[in-house]
Amino acid sequence: MHGVDRLLGGFFNLFEPLFRAAQRWLGLSRLGWLFVGPNLLVFGLFTFLPILINLLYASTGGVKLMPLERPFTGAENFAILLECRDYLDIQSCRKDVFWRATFNTAKFSLIQVGLMVGLSLLTALVLNRKIVGRGFWRGVFFYPVLLSPVVVALIWKWLLQSQGVFNAGLLAAGASPVDWLLDAGWAFFWTVFVSIWAHMGFYTLILLAGLQAIPKDMYEAAQLDAASPWRTLRRITLPLLMPNLIVVLVLALIRAVQIFDEVFVLTGGGPGSATTFIVQFIYQTGFAEQIHLYGLAAAASLLLALGLIALTLAQLRLTRASEAGQKAR
Amino acid sequence: MTTQVSKTVIAAAVAAFLSIPVVAQAGEIRVMCYQDGIECDVTAEQAKRFEAANPGTKVVIDVVPYKTIVEQLPVQLAAGQGPDIARVTDLGGLSKYYLDVSAHVKDRAYWESNFGATLPWLRPTASDKGIYGFMSQLTMTGPFVNKTLFEQAKVALPGPKATWDEWVEAARKVAKATQTPAALAWDRSGHRFAGPAISYGAKIFDAKGDLVLDDGYKTTVNKFVAWHKDGAMLKEVWAGSGGSSYADSIGEFKNGRVAMVLSGSWQINRLQKDIGNAFDWVAVPNPCGPAACSGIPGGAAWVALKTSKSPKEVGMFLDFIASEANYAEFTGKTENIPAHAGLARKGVPYPGATPAARAALASFSAGVATLSPVAYQFQGYKFNRAMMLPTVARVTQAIVGEMSSDEAMTKIGADMADAVKQAQK
Repeated sequence: MHGVDRLLGGFFNLFEPLFRAAQRWLGLSRLGWLFVGPNLLVFGLFTFLPILINLLYASTGGVKLMPLERPFTGAENFAILLECRDYLDIQSCRKDVFWRATFNTAKFSLIQVGLMVGLSLLTALVLNRKIVGRGFWRGVFFYPVLLSPVVVALIWKWLLQSQGVFNAGLLAAGASPVDWLLDAGWAFFWTVFVSIWAHMGFYTLILLAGLQAIPKDMYEAAQLDAASPWRTLRRITLPLLMPNLIVVLVLALIRAVQIFDEVFVLTGGGPGSATTFIVQFIYQTGFAEQIHLYGLAAAASLLLALGLIALTLAQLRLTRASEAGQKAR
Repeated sequence: MTTQVSKTVIAAAVAAFLSIPVVAQAGEIRVMCYQDGIECDVTAEQAKRFEAANPGTKVVIDVVPYKTIVEQLPVQLAAGQGPDIARVTDLGGLSKYYLDVSAHVKDRAYWESNFGATLPWLRPTASDKGIYGFMSQLTMTGPFVNKTLFEQAKVALPGPKATWDEWVEAARKVAKATQTPAALAWDRSGHRFAGPAISYGAKIFDAKGDLVLDDGYKTTVNKFVAWHKDGAMLKEVWAGSGGSSYADSIGEFKNGRVAMVLSGSWQINRLQKDIGNAFDWVAVPNPCGPAACSGIPGGAAWVALKTSKSPKEVGMFLDFIASEANYAEFTGKTENIPAHAGLARKGVPYPGATPAARAALASFSAGVATLSPVAYQFQGYKFNRAMMLPTVARVTQAIVGEMSSDEAMTKIGADMADAVKQAQK
């Protein structure tokens, strides 16, 4: 036995009499609560209690911070957020920016996640091959993941602003400068691009690990059967990579719905509300505006939580379906 | 085993001790300060002299961005946290958190005679007689013009009674002749927007004293949006952000990207320092509309806060920096308009000011006479942000084409009503 092991053993033996006493007092079936107790306490304080406080804020109004000073308003905040004369016309909604932010988030998530998963898969497939400088290329793709989102956004802002590097290049080439961040379409494009640039390395790494876990003899057998590369990809690589792909899909989707930091620094949610996403709406409503509408922000965050719960349930279903498929195969 | 147990207990005790937050020492006061120019630097120099004169008292100046004062300080104060003193601009909005230091100032009569006109701005109720701090400066919104660009374009500066339309046309000619990206820009702020709106006839308040959007306000929104669409206004400042966040136009002015900006007197020191000899600039009177030629008054105040554990020291420090000599030093070095009546009568020497800065200070001081009474009323109204913030967000949406100017007006009205309703709960 190593010294450290002996030390740890000795340390835990200190508690043995305590646990014996607890077992006698609680009985064996209830002893488990003693072990999960500390963890439950931490979760209770830092997860469940904030959720309850959030519920309390969502059901109260006014601008006061202390919950006991806030008047109870029931579901009024949810009604304000969801009130529309015509649900096909965002403009007719009382809090149209909430709906714009929700729509932007959905659009962003669909486009960004689709591209993110596709590009990560493609990159992982390339980086899994024996190419020259493979280690270097893996580093290149992973490097942006190490950067703080704020740094990422500042770098790109420096490139894209009116007097930025890109426009300087265009001017030097005799072309007209482009409103990269002042045109709604371009601004949205760059939020998608920058977020993919910043996070693709992480997802590529997960898929690369998955690719390397696929037994080599599968590919050798396919080669012996003269299977084409496309058929090998469809019949071997993708099915065996599916658990990793699902993880990547769900993580990317949750991250996309929660997008805030890079976009807030890069575009501030503008121009207008073209790149205002749901988390920024919550932040602005609750904290950034000088009239702090905590209740409305709390209600919006609960609606976001519902969306995330739905996504998590979808992940569970997909994972189970994938596992069932694996077993059947 | 006993030794092992003892070591564990000692280690746990040390860890627990190290995790205790640092508690402020007795006699230490923390000052949350933002600066447009060198306001916090000058205050830090004065704080050193105060410490030397009052051994055992330490003054820590925490320099923060203006955004922190606007967004984070109110949340801290609402949560019962915060510094001992802060430099704030939302004078009435935060007044419930101010600490009355009248018991700790040496000469109440000095405060009343020199800050009497502005002390009520910091009082939570009209009947209150407390001393909660003092205005570090008075400010006034108004335009700055790049004189060099006007000269290069051979366009004469419009006269003191020129309208906004005349200024826009002149600046447009300058921009065209000098290939400047845009004619002008306004700070992205509902406060700045209110000056031209009042000039165009916005009454701001109805007969009952509640906020109202009228034809004057609508005219300003329409004109402002149109100036963006036809390229007279630089798009970056307003369209460059979402929501109602503040963005100044001075950066664009300093870089020579516009011929004119609407900002305010607090930028004079920054302009003098940053522009230097790069080009000539002047502050011009607020352009006119059919109703007035008004900007909006304002200013920043040093206020004592109820979160302080050292009220006596806080009172002493405020008394120290409010003394005529120190106030004169602060005003002279930071190149601001004094809120100190005695000093205003005597005149401030502004030792470091260039001729351009002196002329700008004189222009803003003279402009006080042209301020509309509505401008004073709006500045002092506790729910003024209920109108200012939606104006920024919705007008931006109209500028970028998400809605029409009429729709923006409707939305400003609805947001304003919602905000006032919530604030009154």
